[in-house]
Amino acid sequence: MLSVSGLTKRFGGFLAVNQVSFEVREGEILGLIGPNGSGKSTTFNLIAGALRPTAGSIRFKGGEIGGLSAHRICRNGIARTFQIPRPFRKLSLIENVTLAAYFGNGSSDRVEARRHAEEALALVGLPADPHTMTDGLGAAALKKLELARALATRPTLLLADESLGGLDASEMERAADLLESIRTRMRITIIWVEHIMGVLMRVVDRVIVLDHGEKIFEGLPRDAAHDPRVTEVYLGQRRT
Amino acid sequence: MNPPRAINPLHVAGIAALACLIALPFVTPAYFLHIVIQILLWGFIYTAWSIMGRFGFVSLGHGAFMGVGAYVPALLWNYEGVTPWLGIPAGVALSVLLAVVIGYPCFRFRVIGHYFALVTLALSEVVLRTITAARDITGGSLGMTQKLAGHSWYALQFPDKRYFYGIALVVWLGGLLVWRWVDRGIEREALEAISEDEEAAASLGIDVMREKLRVTVVSAALTSVGGSLFGQYLAYLNPETVSGIAVSLQIVFAAIAGGMYALLGPTVGAFLTIALNEGLRVWFGTNFIGAANTIYGILLILFIIFMPRGIMGVIENLRMPRRAPAPAPAE
Repeated sequence: MLSVSGLTKRFGGFLAVNQVSFEVREGEILGLIGPNGSGKSTTFNLIAGALRPTAGSIRFKGGEIGGLSAHRICRNGIARTFQIPRPFRKLSLIENVTLAAYFGNGSSDRVEARRHAEEALALVGLPADPHTMTDGLGAAALKKLELARALATRPTLLLADESLGGLDASEMERAADLLESIRTRMRITIIWVEHIMGVLMRVVDRVIVLDHGEKIFEGLPRDAAHDPRVTEVYLGQRRT
Repeated sequence: MNPPRAINPLHVAGIAALACLIALPFVTPAYFLHIVIQILLWGFIYTAWSIMGRFGFVSLGHGAFMGVGAYVPALLWNYEGVTPWLGIPAGVALSVLLAVVIGYPCFRFRVIGHYFALVTLALSEVVLRTITAARDITGGSLGMTQKLAGHSWYALQFPDKRYFYGIALVVWLGGLLVWRWVDRGIEREALEAISEDEEAAASLGIDVMREKLRVTVVSAALTSVGGSLFGQYLAYLNPETVSGIAVSLQIVFAAIAGGMYALLGPTVGAFLTIALNEGLRVWFGTNFIGAANTIYGILLILFIIFMPRGIMGVIENLRMPRRAPAPAPAE
């Protein structure tokens, strides 16, 4: 479904992503992990069109999308959430999501977009009342709003950026279950960037580990835990 | 049988106000009509500015579009005998071209906020200097008088102010309709989203460049039409009164003071600025030339600090209930 090949991003003298390659299979949940500064978010931003690659290729459903603008990538079927939720505070919840349903889906029917928005809000468990604003929403609800907006664009690939950040243990479990049910019920492929390993490893099918902008591991979650390079990155080098 | 629909008092007030405006030229002296024409024309221009200004795209370059709109039809009429019916669209075309030339790179490279204001401010000054420098054809800082044609629809000149009053009224209502069209459309929500967070808006499929350019072009085109009609009405053009930084600042001040988020806010701003100008002129004569701009500046600071949504914004806040924040159980 998505093929990333030799992806490189340089900010001046700093190499944020270096020759990263991987494939994403249709219907899977792929975990993208790594310590701070490993290049996860940059890779996400490159796929989502927020950044232009310095080199390399990103192919989605057979077509090159590397360097396309963010709105075109969204309309091609790739939606994203943000690590720190970015709601539009001047708009109500339903307006936030209707925008995504209207523009992200290339719709020209506002009524239909509104219906899709209501479905997306219901799926994540937020009210579709036209007067409810985003003020006063807690961390979990803001994460849900991010997810509802992304789903309203009716993507085939969802880029979920740290969907568990700022949540308590029970909210994390519920958020992970929600992502899993989205994959199953809506048949959406998911790339999930996360810091919180326990919950992520329970849900993802495969995992890619980045460190200093380079891919150091790709495989099953259970194998990642035993990979010496991965344990070194997360736990430090073993003293002999 | 359906119950009869309740009559909206606002609609009744609107229809009554419109009836008064239609009757006005038949019952009012020429001086008062002159003031109302100016309020309508400036109200239209301020409304045109607020179509983009309300989304945080603060342009200080609308004096340029007004200047182009005023001078292009006048020059075409004076030198080539081209009717303003063609000259006005020519002015609009040039204004739109200017808007795209300035807007495209600004939006492409995300020049926003103060930087956008500064770029557009420069545009305003460039147009003013160009008009002044081309003194052989524009009359420079001395201005130019249009060739008079008496009562003529072809030349869009009418010694009887009532004709221009009718035109100004129709154009002003047209400006309000465009404002309302933008306000009611989903594009308004898209522009609100863009004004808050361009990257998040783009991630939802909103073509940020297209939306910003579109609202800029609509705003510039309407301002150009306003400039054209203002020039046609006065039949005398001076670069300082139809273009440049002073005019741009006056537009911004009036729209903010009246309330750029409300339909009638910019018109209230026009009433305020023209009342201020006329008041200063009547009370102080020529003793305080330029005082209006100083007072605009002071009032602008006061409005931004104490009344950022302007006069109409305050009135609307009193009238409308606040929208509710999300309830806590939504978690």
